[in-house]
Amino acid sequence: MCLAIPMRVVEIQGGKDPLLDPERAIVDADGLRKEVRLDLVDRRPQVGDYLIIHAGFAINCLDAENAEINLALMRELAEEMAREDGETP
Amino acid sequence: MKYMDEFRDRRLVTTLARQIHGEAGRPVRIMEVCGTHTMAIFRHGIRAMLPEEIELVSGPGCPVCVTPSGVIDGFLDLARRPEIIITTFGDMLRVPGSGTGPGNSLAGARSEGADVRIVYSPMDALTLARQEPDREVVFIAVGFETTTPTIAATILAADELQVENFSVFPAVKTMGPPLKALMRDPEVRVDGLLCPGHVSIIAGADSFRFLAREYGLACAVAGFEPTDILLAITVLLRQIDSGTPTVDNCYGRAVTMEGNRKARQITEKVFTPVDSEWRGMGLIPKSGLGLRDQYKQFDITSRLNLTIPPSREPGGCRCGDILRSICSPPDCPLFGRACTPASPIGPCMVSSEGTCAAWHKYNNPEALT
Amino acid sequence: MTGYITLDHGAGGLASQKLIGSLFLKHLKNPILGRMEDGAVFDPGEGRTAFTTDSYVVDPIFFPGGTIGELAVNGTINDLAMCGAEPRALSLALIIEEGFGIAELERIIKAIADSADHAGVPVLTGDTKVVPRGKADKIFINTSGIGMVGDGIRMGADRIRAGDVLLLSGTLADHGITIMTSRAGLTVDGNLQSDTRPLHFLSRKILTEAPESIHAMRDPTRGGLGTVLAELATTTNLCMEVEEENIPMRGEVRAACELMGLDPLYLANEGKCVVIAAPEQAASVLGAMQATEAGRQAAIIGKVTEKYPGRVILHTVSGGKRLVEPLSGEPLPRIC
Repeated sequence: MCLAIPMRVVEIQGGKDPLLDPERAIVDADGLRKEVRLDLVDRRPQVGDYLIIHAGFAINCLDAENAEINLALMRELAEEMAREDGETP
Repeated sequence: MKYMDEFRDRRLVTTLARQIHGEAGRPVRIMEVCGTHTMAIFRHGIRAMLPEEIELVSGPGCPVCVTPSGVIDGFLDLARRPEIIITTFGDMLRVPGSGTGPGNSLAGARSEGADVRIVYSPMDALTLARQEPDREVVFIAVGFETTTPTIAATILAADELQVENFSVFPAVKTMGPPLKALMRDPEVRVDGLLCPGHVSIIAGADSFRFLAREYGLACAVAGFEPTDILLAITVLLRQIDSGTPTVDNCYGRAVTMEGNRKARQITEKVFTPVDSEWRGMGLIPKSGLGLRDQYKQFDITSRLNLTIPPSREPGGCRCGDILRSICSPPDCPLFGRACTPASPIGPCMVSSEGTCAAWHKYNNPEALT
Repeated sequence: MTGYITLDHGAGGLASQKLIGSLFLKHLKNPILGRMEDGAVFDPGEGRTAFTTDSYVVDPIFFPGGTIGELAVNGTINDLAMCGAEPRALSLALIIEEGFGIAELERIIKAIADSADHAGVPVLTGDTKVVPRGKADKIFINTSGIGMVGDGIRMGADRIRAGDVLLLSGTLADHGITIMTSRAGLTVDGNLQSDTRPLHFLSRKILTEAPESIHAMRDPTRGGLGTVLAELATTTNLCMEVEEENIPMRGEVRAACELMGLDPLYLANEGKCVVIAAPEQAASVLGAMQATEAGRQAAIIGKVTEKYPGRVILHTVSGGKRLVEPLSGEPLPRIC
């Protein structure tokens, strides 16, 4: 019940009126662009931020730093294992 | 795709799988309670990467699977009314009600003339209502904590915009009460829980802490890419081995301990906990959400005074046991015989994320060993 | 032209004649059709006759990248091409719902004429019927095609061997995802378009250069690549092993599939083919495909083995493997 994907903010639109023209983000993934609602996020995203998109809404911002650290740790582990195997990493 | 592909990297996946093989000891049983996890595990072929000692079982994480057949009959009755446009997520389209015959699903009702449309977002249903002022647009509101805030936000928008021809058929549920009921059930034996990553975005990783504290269940919040799932399994093994059950957040790029408070506030503004029936598990108190009085005009069952028909479980179907992780799909006498994706009997087979459908589509242990 | 199709237009009288003259013959310009005889008599050329028919009932009838018209022409041409035939002629039969707009009809006829011209395959005979409102969904089109198969060409599932190579002529799921996003009312930008195109230029090239090395060809339309491979696996009792990483896909199409929870293996393609070729010639077949407009992004996506007889195995990008079963029912977008 959780199909959601990360997409990058390329534009913030609207905001002139909270009712008739609420703020929306245009998000992009590999050239596919979609307009999404921002009702559920508590801080206004910046262009370049990644949002987690579910059912046409942003449900959270992605913590890019956390993602990079996590990837770096896994890559380190991979290199360590390769060294133990006697491979050149 | 950024922040997806990197977490599918073959080298990282192989590394984590090897690590799990190295650390696996005695047999453990890990439950995944999210249909999206079930799909991801099958789609990436993860089961075959794991050692024999690790058994992955499915819990009640498929909102379509746990919707009682009587409620589905209610959707169908409504769909047949000519003034109604039914809008729904695609998942719900082929779920059979308790009847027989071709019209026994929203897809079937559509081929018999009902106006049933797939939408990607509940907001699309509201937009449709504004475009079709002479029809009543009803959104089939099925889902868990990830989806409910989007429905609540849509109802708030409908209220502010004073849209009178939009409503929902409320059938949303929450994850906490059934997990508690499961852990209390003496037949269920589970060592660790792969916590649903996107529910956790809303509810917070902390919302699962009571399972570790009160039931000694190892918990790890997991994302949906192969490395996310394997990392969470590794962490669960360590918790189980060291006898220190807790909640580890293995999806830190998306999930925080406290979750998305704004989304929860929006949900609480519109919805209130109600008792709800779960297929195969019976009535679980305060496990569903109903519309609060001030938003009752958006509840089509209230507006039209609809009574939900009683549920009739199909004979022989073991969906309930499968959802409680007591057995696997092949243990059900109907699996692969009377009940197949082409002719499903219980929702576990119909839903594209249902345990039985996923098992039938992606998994055939004889073929892949 | 404006106005709406009435029952009179299908009755064979003056209204029919007027429609045919001012709309059909205006765009479908060839002397045999222009003669308006009961049947078309023509010389199809040398070889064995290939004959195919298909009906097109797609909804929506207009979509990014094309219309039901292009599908009707290219689809039937492609069925002939998959037999190894040179397409020589098409028939065109329309069943139109009363009330259908004439402007929309003209748009479709023009699309049919343009694609037939581009493919070099004429529409030699046709028929139009009109049914009362509600008895058809806007317009149904049937096209039948005749083609000629050269002597040296012998393709079929029975020629497939373990060791054969699987080639895909280009990017996967373009048509299917375009239709699905349109049906689910998903408004996205990103140049999602149908890939509808004729494949006979490609099939001609590879069959001219190395006819014996092409064992079979299939176009993965409804049901997608997964279903086509599953059928071949069952028929041959061999194993189709596919490398997910090697399947060409446009970024936007992949993103749309992820967003909607759709499996690209089951989405339709209207301008792509799978070629099963002898391994020794795989590289040159690939080169020949890539030298055609339709096959620019052709790739080797897998091979035929005996590992799991009758099955399709996908080696996933993350290093796992899973079964690909034939599609049961239409693919549906998911939120869960």
